[in-house]
Amino acid sequence: MSATVALPEASGGAAESAPGPRRSPGSGLLRYIGIRFLLIIPTVWILTTLVFFLMRITGDPITAALGGRLTQAQLAERIEAAGYDRPLLVQYFEYMGGLLRGDFGTAISDGRPVSRILLQHGAATLELAFYAVLVALLIGVPLGMLAARLRDRWPDAVLRILAILGYATPVFFAGLVLKLIFGAFWPVLPVSGRGSSTTELVMSGVVAPTGIYAVDALRIGNMPVFSDVIAHAVLPAIALGLLTGGTFLRLVRTNLIGTLESQYVESGRSRGVSEFRLVTRHALRPALIPIITVMGMQVAMLLAGAILTETTFEWNGLGYQLSEYLKARDFVAVQGIVVLLAVIVAVTNFVVDIIAVLIDPRVRY
Amino acid sequence: MADTQTNSPGGTGAGGAGAAAGGSAAPEAEVRRGSLFARLPVVRDIRRSVGLQRGMLLTGVVIVGAVVLCAALAPLIAPYGYNQLADESGSFGAQQPPSAAHVWGTTVGGFDVFSRVIWGTQTAVMVIVVAVLMSLFIGVALGLVSGYFGGWLDRVLVVAADAIYAFPSLLLAIVMTIVISGGQSDVVGGVFAAAISITVVFVPQYFRVVRSEAVRLKSEPFVEAAQVLGEPALKIIARHVYRNATRNIPLVFTLNASEAILTLAALGFLGFGIEPTSAAEWGFDLNKALADVTSGIWWTAMFPGLAIVLTVLGITLVGESMNDLADPRLRRRRRAGKSKEASHG
Repeated sequence: MSATVALPEASGGAAESAPGPRRSPGSGLLRYIGIRFLLIIPTVWILTTLVFFLMRITGDPITAALGGRLTQAQLAERIEAAGYDRPLLVQYFEYMGGLLRGDFGTAISDGRPVSRILLQHGAATLELAFYAVLVALLIGVPLGMLAARLRDRWPDAVLRILAILGYATPVFFAGLVLKLIFGAFWPVLPVSGRGSSTTELVMSGVVAPTGIYAVDALRIGNMPVFSDVIAHAVLPAIALGLLTGGTFLRLVRTNLIGTLESQYVESGRSRGVSEFRLVTRHALRPALIPIITVMGMQVAMLLAGAILTETTFEWNGLGYQLSEYLKARDFVAVQGIVVLLAVIVAVTNFVVDIIAVLIDPRVRY
Repeated sequence: MADTQTNSPGGTGAGGAGAAAGGSAAPEAEVRRGSLFARLPVVRDIRRSVGLQRGMLLTGVVIVGAVVLCAALAPLIAPYGYNQLADESGSFGAQQPPSAAHVWGTTVGGFDVFSRVIWGTQTAVMVIVVAVLMSLFIGVALGLVSGYFGGWLDRVLVVAADAIYAFPSLLLAIVMTIVISGGQSDVVGGVFAAAISITVVFVPQYFRVVRSEAVRLKSEPFVEAAQVLGEPALKIIARHVYRNATRNIPLVFTLNASEAILTLAALGFLGFGIEPTSAAEWGFDLNKALADVTSGIWWTAMFPGLAIVLTVLGITLVGESMNDLADPRLRRRRRAGKSKEASHG
């Protein structure tokens, strides 16, 4: 998260992960992509191993979930049935083997396979994250350009303070304020869930659903349901989007200031290129590389934010499920969700590194 | 707003600066000029700053100073205890709107909101100090050793740090809380559970900053000279590498302090925080306020939430300004900057 500002460590990024002299383009690029792809494996492996052993230090998941509710004998019986009495290493290899086959185990509290939880609720989180990024881009990029152009004048000062406020406001507090305003004082928007009960009913009847409500509503051509889905998404998307939007604003501003002072922008200005075009074309393009790199790093923050936003708005995605399973102390389900989110972050970082290389041939690989 | 503060840097700003610098800053190793006080990170940055930047920095320093003051004087400021449900005139009652007896109302659990917000500063400051100091020590030590010696240890640590760094910090903190307290922190040790969880998240950041500096410094002439003279490796690390590798640390420190607050509040909001009987924690109070807001009860959510926003805002303003001052692209110089701007106009 700290990558929101140009930290010294952030510059290491892509170049450091695959050291080596620069090779000819073409074969070198493919080689880089290959090496970078292979680097996902140790990352994911370390994280899953870490999570597995950390979660087991405290004991077996059965006792954690059901301890106190069952007798000692019943607990022992269930622990034996689930295989948690075997050596930890055996369990570890079994779990890793399961992961490779896409088997994340079975939730203790409700007996659902964790992989099904992930599939069922992952789409909801994806939908929320998409809306939030949309909001963040709409807020962050134009305002960041404005702040950079009017640097050190009052609009810049106001925008910078707003951006810092956006970062300083926890996403769940922003959500609570939105709920207070649009749910209690001026009730115009729904403040919880992904849709009204009618919508949920319609959605449960969709054949081969994508799980993304807006897409499903469009596919069955049900416009009232579609608008209901969008109405439910407005507040969560704004809450989560404000957080990321503030970061985008600062990012665009910082990087644009760098390029706006370069000589080619100055020469463009002397040739009579309009200020608008100077900012949106000449200066923005070269500023995009660091912007995209850091935006990629925001995925981790976006996911953490999604967990909190979903809890605030009862948006039934992975984050909401995570906090429900945390409450139920069902650590098998928690572990599955955590591992999946880690994989998503690792893969996104890979994609971002590749995009950075494709945009700027000067990036060393 | 910024201008008025710029014009009176000697007033409240300087007092706040002293308080914050005394609480947060580690002594710098740059031995060149000026008194020790003038070389402290925040103080040095205030002296170097100008215009809007100085206004933001001073605002941040004042806010941070106020929060630290609140934490120190919490027993005097707060009218009630953080877990007090009744006084001589009887029980407080739940969800009471703001009144003379309870200026910010009471929570659904029947606590005084104002008192809990004030006590909450103590929890926040405590967790930040413990978390950031621990990650500072572990991260700097690992970074120095890894960067200086290199080899397989370095490779392993770098891959591990990168893996943890890429991981959503909140998830890691959740996992760590489960490990440390089994998911229920019903003792004052909850503060430590939260602090340790946050520490694990931050170690990789300090590690990366210090390691890359150590790698660079390793081949500097003065380090090689020390090696030729036969100084033991640990002494070289401590004397030559450490002092030069930790220049960026105050910056990372402020960024992490604000993240520590947000992580603590997020843990609390998810119900992993510190129980109301053992300490006051803003995130936990917001979790309890979740049901209140839909029925229009605003005071239980607004005040703890604004406390978080204000604290993070203060720390971020300090960190942001320091970052801008450290980045030559963004730094404005005292006179040259002004005349350059005029020529642009």
